[in-house]
Amino acid sequence: MILGDACKLLEADVVWGDEHLCSEIQTACGADLMSDVLAYTKEKTLLLTGLTNIQVVRTAEISDLTAIVFVRGKRPGRELIQMAAAKGIPILATDLPMFESCGILFKNGVKGCARRVIPGEA
Amino acid sequence: MKPETGIMIEFPLTGSDFEKAGEASSKIKRVLQQIGIRPEIIRRIAISAYEAELNVIIHAFRGVIRANIQPDCTTVSVEDEGPGIPNIELAMKEGYSTAPDHIREMGFGAGMGLPNMARCADEFSIQSKVGEGTQIVMTIRH
Repeated sequence: MILGDACKLLEADVVWGDEHLCSEIQTACGADLMSDVLAYTKEKTLLLTGLTNIQVVRTAEISDLTAIVFVRGKRPGRELIQMAAAKGIPILATDLPMFESCGILFKNGVKGCARRVIPGEA
Repeated sequence: MKPETGIMIEFPLTGSDFEKAGEASSKIKRVLQQIGIRPEIIRRIAISAYEAELNVIIHAFRGVIRANIQPDCTTVSVEDEGPGIPNIELAMKEGYSTAPDHIREMGFGAGMGLPNMARCADEFSIQSKVGEGTQIVMTIRH
């Protein structure tokens, strides 16, 4: 799926990064704990979060994430948007809560990025 | 292109300076990108550096992060002056954390930092003295 499809499905606003809507999303991750994002995500992952501090952008940059979606109506501040733009990380915002957002993407074929979902499965 | 003679970069870190938390690791990442290290290797170096950098900001008074980029590997070393870790074995357990609530509210302090560094690095060593500080050395082969 491309980021633009995820944006439509989540009825999200593009806060920054219109030109990146063709970026590919392989997996997605819903988390308010950046520690977990650093430990468990893969690259080219879409991060859904309710946390709006600048460490979210840092974490996305360090982990090579595709984009950030702020859920449940959270809107990032100017400082975060400026940092995301400087680093080329698209920012979306949806009024949908975390559970619904993740559910919609999962139902439409976006996989999670857990290291191991079922024991024995890579 | 890989560095032929090696590159050493170093940044000072200040405890509780959350505005700049991650800036040093971001700069290290950019240097690695410029010299053409493979993205999956850069990601491991950047994540281990960022976790170590955050630990200094969260727990210590001050510190320094260094990246020694050689043709075949990168070594990230982080030294801090801080409270030190009384029980390293416990600190290495996933989920164990001594971070205060305001750190958790920022999305960190889940007790994943040290185990994540060890997982990302090919070689990982940690030394700590209570009341003095902590040293971490991580090597990632290219």
